[in-house]
Amino acid sequence: MMTLAHSLGAWRCDKRAAIAATIAMGLMLAAFPFMIGSALGNSWLRIVDFALLYIMLALGLNIVVGFAGLLDMGYIAFYAVGAYLYALLASPHFGLHLPVWLIIPAGAVLAGVFGVLLGAPTLRLRGDYLAIVTLGFGEIVRIFLNNLNAPVNITNGPQGVSGIDPIHLGGITLAKPLSILGFTISSLHAYYYFFLALALLIVFITIRLENSRIGRAWVAIREDEIAAKSCGINTRNIKLLAFTMGASFGGVAGGLFAGFQGFVSPESFNLMESVMVLCMVVLGGMGNIPGVILGGILLTILPEVFRHGAGPVQMALFGKILLDPEALRMLLFGLALIVVMLYRPAGLWPSTTRRREFRGESTTDALKEGE
Amino acid sequence: MDIFIQQIINGLVLGSIYALVALGYTMVYGIMGLINFAHGEIVMIGAMVALTVVKLLVNSGLPVFIIILIALAGAVAVCMAVGYSIERIAYRPLRRAPKLAPLITAIGVSIVLQNLAMLIWGRNYHAFPPILPDAQFDIYGATITSLQVTIVLIAALMMAGLIVLIHRTRLGRAMRATSENPLIAQLMGVNINQIISFTFVIGSALAAVAGLMVSANYSIVHFYMGFMLGLKAFTAAVLGGIGNIAGAVLGGILLGLIESLGAGYIGDLTGGFLGSHYQDVFAFFVLICVLIFRPSGLVGEKISERA
Amino acid sequence: MNTQLLEARAIAKYFGGVTALRDVSLSIRQGEIYGLIGPNGAGKTTFFNVLTGLYHPDSGELIFNGEKLPASTPHLAARCGIARTFQNIRLFGNMTAMENVMVGRHVRTHAGVLGAVLRDRRTTREEAAIRRRAEELLNYVGIADRADDLARHLSYGDQRRLEIARALATDPKLLALDEPAAGMNGTETEGLRELIEGIRKDGITVLLIEHDVKLVMGLCDRVAVLDYGEKICEDIPVVVQKDPKVIEAYLGGSIA
Ligand SMILES: Nc1ncnc2c1ncn2[C@@H]1O[C@H](COP(=O)(O)OP(=O)(O)OP(=O)(O)O)[C@@H](O)[C@H]1O
Ligand SMILES: [Mg+2]
Repeated sequence: MMTLAHSLGAWRCDKRAAIAATIAMGLMLAAFPFMIGSALGNSWLRIVDFALLYIMLALGLNIVVGFAGLLDMGYIAFYAVGAYLYALLASPHFGLHLPVWLIIPAGAVLAGVFGVLLGAPTLRLRGDYLAIVTLGFGEIVRIFLNNLNAPVNITNGPQGVSGIDPIHLGGITLAKPLSILGFTISSLHAYYYFFLALALLIVFITIRLENSRIGRAWVAIREDEIAAKSCGINTRNIKLLAFTMGASFGGVAGGLFAGFQGFVSPESFNLMESVMVLCMVVLGGMGNIPGVILGGILLTILPEVFRHGAGPVQMALFGKILLDPEALRMLLFGLALIVVMLYRPAGLWPSTTRRREFRGESTTDALKEGE
Repeated sequence: MDIFIQQIINGLVLGSIYALVALGYTMVYGIMGLINFAHGEIVMIGAMVALTVVKLLVNSGLPVFIIILIALAGAVAVCMAVGYSIERIAYRPLRRAPKLAPLITAIGVSIVLQNLAMLIWGRNYHAFPPILPDAQFDIYGATITSLQVTIVLIAALMMAGLIVLIHRTRLGRAMRATSENPLIAQLMGVNINQIISFTFVIGSALAAVAGLMVSANYSIVHFYMGFMLGLKAFTAAVLGGIGNIAGAVLGGILLGLIESLGAGYIGDLTGGFLGSHYQDVFAFFVLICVLIFRPSGLVGEKISERA
Repeated sequence: MNTQLLEARAIAKYFGGVTALRDVSLSIRQGEIYGLIGPNGAGKTTFFNVLTGLYHPDSGELIFNGEKLPASTPHLAARCGIARTFQNIRLFGNMTAMENVMVGRHVRTHAGVLGAVLRDRRTTREEAAIRRRAEELLNYVGIADRADDLARHLSYGDQRRLEIARALATDPKLLALDEPAAGMNGTETEGLRELIEGIRKDGITVLLIEHDVKLVMGLCDRVAVLDYGEKICEDIPVVVQKDPKVIEAYLGGSIA
């Protein structure tokens, strides 16, 4: 936890201040859903829960793209794997109702296996070739989910799987209001705390990985693969490890998504979703954990703000709806992506290193890249 | 047998369109190393504009040929302007930025164009007015329409024109030099900004033509159509070896053939297990296989990295 | 006679029509400083690339420390004890100098994902050892004060030193330096000579490509000359300097 406070705040502080900051932040995170709930209502609390899922996804993709420098445009496939595994093992579809503590880790493992399946044949590919292949992989997974209802019905095709068991932990279901010590918290609150716990766990794991022998090897590969090889790094294995770790985070988030939503269908895992998670990583600040978290939060919240704003603001201004609010909100969202990248090309919150990199960019660097 | 020939014909038509779009991706990539994610949307805009013009003029009494020509001119002009502006606004300021920054603005541009189109033209599918002569020819039991013949011919002409432009003109030489090494090209007096703008404009013009072809041949125009089409064309460009003009043409035509033959025969190939809705899987599967054995595409030069 | 550390047997490498190496055989003895010189494009860097597993030789084999080196597996070459620097410096630009050297320890350390996450006793100890060794090495090559600077922000000379430190971090038996003095001024070169001599004193064999003739002749125990991919001469510096074939290769140039 201390490491967490340490790197979440860019400030340097002594041990006591770190503990104080951690406690303060813990309290704030604990109180946060109540503030949101009472100020903005439950629909926003739901969005916050989703933001936590996207943070997990963004952190997973950050390992692949941000740390190891491998452009993966099909990342959502791993989310799909986790989600469908949960949906199939805990729903009336097959009549299976396995416990969460089994399915979520199984989702992580299965997604990790898919990570290897994707990684192993593609590791020789460079940059943008990898991008298109991963993108194709993501589409393949989605198309299979869409069509594996015949001849044997496995995924239930485009209709998706519904009636998925909500997440329940040791007899407590998160789907109903909970009473703890006389306090009653709603299902959305319960999910918030559960997701928060897992998101924090993933943050913790990511930070630990970043500052380790493995993390350094990832970054080394991103910076210069040939030099990394010559330093004795088995680049193939280390890249596969990045794919696997990233994928398993996606698998966990996917399982949580299925339990939370109670329904999954292939539509939730289209290319645009992969692109969205990639945007979170890059726009937040590739390779920088707090930046990526920020990106995850912003890009979950922003379209919702536009969604809630697009209609009413028009009503207030013109007295009627002139422009299709759905189109307008995505239009604004696209503009926001462009404007942010134009003004902060290294992301909103780049690691100090990367920011310096950008300032230091000079003609000689361009020359080097040209060779 | 006639099904086979029919699928070949359909594949060639689809492939010619892919090739035209793939050229836009490959030219931009060759010069800037950027995946112009928004290129598919330019095709969509071309289709929308052409369709709008055709609908406007359909009852004007002008000959069909003239109507199509005006529609084409309109689409090309609008697309060129859009392509030029995208580069100026969203890519040029980021030329020195970290590599993924322009990819994100490209995605942003794609989202903006899509939704702008939705605001202007609505969410509905539009059908192309049935004004084109529908002469049909018989080849060994398969049919080919005059429109299909025209599409393949025009596509071939445009590709030939592009190749001449790139290999036989001063401008083309400047483009090739820029793609080899922008810095050196600049030192040699090439105005790279101009060359890059020009590349976008040419690519967009090809996209506009492709857009008209799609709307006329498949008669469905929709604000979302550019996305998948762009994706496929990009796949084609990579299949051939991105950055390589001949590769884009080859990749486009190959992908068209693969898809249409795949759709026709995938059921037989897998003993009925996979149906024709796996068409897209087929395309990506072939792509992945090709790249595994030839990591820089079919025609792409082998990059032996110097250490 | 000293024991052989490296023996290259009839190494050949072609690039399309270009013969970069033609049946190059040479042997390097334990503990010596061995120079590899030749005009531009003679194939020196290509030899390094074959040696370190970056290129697959078209024929021939390498015996290192009594065992056959596996071809085209750079990380195994490093594991066997061959470390190198690059002619056109290849550092991890956005990592600090310290981190660059720490990456060099990768091949001699073991912590995996589990260790990284749990930070058990063994991992923390290993991590501390990595850090300590990296500090030592930065100190050794004389850039300890730049430890926390990004590699790309170091001066040219310091970057060369950092690359050497990173290579040394892999605990090599053979250190291969590709034109380490290129772009250095006189004082820097002098410092480099002392550094290389120190490295040799520590028992590490050095293979040196260098155009700076004074440096090569003053430093090396033996020198081999490549010309158009062929070894035309191999001997102690004074003899090489007088060899007519060598003089001719350099167009009667500056070497004499
Ligand atoms: N990856 C490669 N692809 C094609 N040709 C190559 C490659 N690497 C080297 N060559 C060619 O092999 C020959 C030898 O090159 P090498 O770099 O080994 O020379 P060198 O002796 O290191 O020269 P210099 O002193 O300039 O560094 C040259 O003709 C070079 O162009
Ligand atoms: Mg060299």
